[in-house]
Amino acid sequence: MAILNLIKLAIKALQRNKLRAFLTMLGIIIGVAAVIAMMAIGQGSKESIRSSLSGMGSNMITIFPQSNLEGGVRMGGSSFQSLTMKDVNAIKKQATKIDGISPVVNASGQAVNGGQNWPTSIYGVSQDYLHIRQFSLKDGVNFTDKDILTSAKVCLLGQTVIDNLFAPGVDPVGKYIRFGKTPFQVIGILNPKGQSNFGQDQDDIILAPYTTVQNRITASTVYLNQIYVSAISEAASDSATNEITSILRANHHLTDQQEDDFNVRTQAELISTISATSSMLTVLLTSIAGISLFIGGIGIMNIMYVSVTERTKEIGLRMAIGARGSDILMQFLIEAIIISITGGLIGVGLGLLSSFLITKLAHWPVLISETSIMISFLVCGITGVFFGYYPAQKAARLDPIEALRYE
Amino acid sequence: MAQEILNIQHLKRSFAMGGETVHALKDVSFSIQAGEFVTIMGSSGSGKTTMLNILGCLDNPTSGTYMLDGQDVGKLDRNQLARVRNSKIGFVFQSYNLLARTTALENVELPLFYNKKVNAAERKQRAIKALQAVKLDGRMDHLPNQLSGGQQQRVAIARALVGEPVMILADEATGNLDTRTSYEIMALMQDLNKEGKTIVFVTHEPDIAAFSSRTIMLRDGSVQKDLKNEKVRSARQALEELPPADSYSI
Repeated sequence: MAILNLIKLAIKALQRNKLRAFLTMLGIIIGVAAVIAMMAIGQGSKESIRSSLSGMGSNMITIFPQSNLEGGVRMGGSSFQSLTMKDVNAIKKQATKIDGISPVVNASGQAVNGGQNWPTSIYGVSQDYLHIRQFSLKDGVNFTDKDILTSAKVCLLGQTVIDNLFAPGVDPVGKYIRFGKTPFQVIGILNPKGQSNFGQDQDDIILAPYTTVQNRITASTVYLNQIYVSAISEAASDSATNEITSILRANHHLTDQQEDDFNVRTQAELISTISATSSMLTVLLTSIAGISLFIGGIGIMNIMYVSVTERTKEIGLRMAIGARGSDILMQFLIEAIIISITGGLIGVGLGLLSSFLITKLAHWPVLISETSIMISFLVCGITGVFFGYYPAQKAARLDPIEALRYE
Repeated sequence: MAQEILNIQHLKRSFAMGGETVHALKDVSFSIQAGEFVTIMGSSGSGKTTMLNILGCLDNPTSGTYMLDGQDVGKLDRNQLARVRNSKIGFVFQSYNLLARTTALENVELPLFYNKKVNAAERKQRAIKALQAVKLDGRMDHLPNQLSGGQQQRVAIARALVGEPVMILADEATGNLDTRTSYEIMALMQDLNKEGKTIVFVTHEPDIAAFSSRTIMLRDGSVQKDLKNEKVRSARQALEELPPADSYSI
């Protein structure tokens, strides 16, 4: 019998008991809706962690001086000085996968404004630093090439420093502060970033041209504490790291036998740890939802079994008027599939709706992926076939004589 | 000579029941010509039901041959038997066996769903024609529970007719009906028979057998009598002779 006829028969049979068909679907509807909503929540939280990380600069690459073997004694990284402005210029010239580079020289000390003082750190950097660290200016301007060339005594202040040095309501831009003995004019204010993922206050910071910090504060004009680089994208981090490594090795005249005298780190490791955590959350939520889908499938099997028993006489009649076992099998199988696919469709709709409501009402980040819709739909179809097959087979194997006499 | 619709030779059917073999049919032979109206009679245990199952291609004989419309159907498998049932036999059951919550028209269409050669338009057209033949074309959209017993049986007869079978096989088709309605059904059967339909009617009621042209009596699995009925009673006339319908209200 043509498959189209079978589908028509199955739909007619389902229409004869709409309420039951709906109740059977309910398990699937709830299961699919749960899978989609849970996956949307899981993916959403993963994405929000990712975006908060990239706010920190997820494509940021940090270059530290590295300990090196020196007569068999391994020296600590900070005790070793290997990074210079030559390295910065070489990377800037040769690397293709980066879009920002800044040297970092830093010093700790006391910042003073009139009667107020505050212990903080000053970072000598170039203009790119703001872009690399994803800082933005709330007020004022960034320093210029000219400021760097002339070791101008200008600085940008983080919110924490401002809070501790200035009375509320006072505009710091244009005012002078001292760091140690050196006076600086405040030319800009950074937008607050809050705590970093490690609990550091990222706003407790003073930024100044690196030349100024080198000449006026650290009095060390050759070596840099760190170099910050930003890769053009998070994905390009690894290839940028490779580029930087080979540029620095060439620049430092290292032979193949020698270890790196620097260390290049990306944020990728951190990101992968955190996204692994939220992936686990997604898996957990999805498996709970998956279980409900499975239970929905068992519901289908249960009802199909009842339905086969209840309709024994109908099956006998269909066989008597010419239905083959395979026709009966297909009819019940198609009924089960129609139930699960229809349930799946409604479930997808409900899942999308509830994801939407979750964002609207609870302000949770959700991300609906086509994959989750496709997977749950596929699972529905498989559920229909899997749980529909045994009852359908039971129906197909009935003896028409006994089925006709069944009361 | 009329065409032979079915021919049964030395038909036997036995069942193994708890170590014992029960011989439900022992060497039955007869043939039926096109246009005959045959009743198969017998008391319970006579092998009537086994006979019906074999005639209806629901069961295979243990031995012997069963030729239906020139085809040896005794040795077909399940699927082949299903095709024979669909194309050559029209069943009418005692309990009508209509699908609940399904309109009369859809019930009649049902056998054609299992026939690949019939498309949707032809299916509907033939079902309407079959309902016209049983004078129920005014009730095509009625559900079985909106029809009387006699009307339901007429829908079932339409369903048997729709596949244009070579034989209509009725199993106690009047068993659930009162006398008047039984006679109405028999009148319809006689009309169909006059139009050339071959009818095999299994029953245990002698007064139903009187409407047929031939009666085969089964007893203990064998043919006891096989009589031509010279004086076929007219069901329509019998209806007129019945006392008027009870006039008291419910």
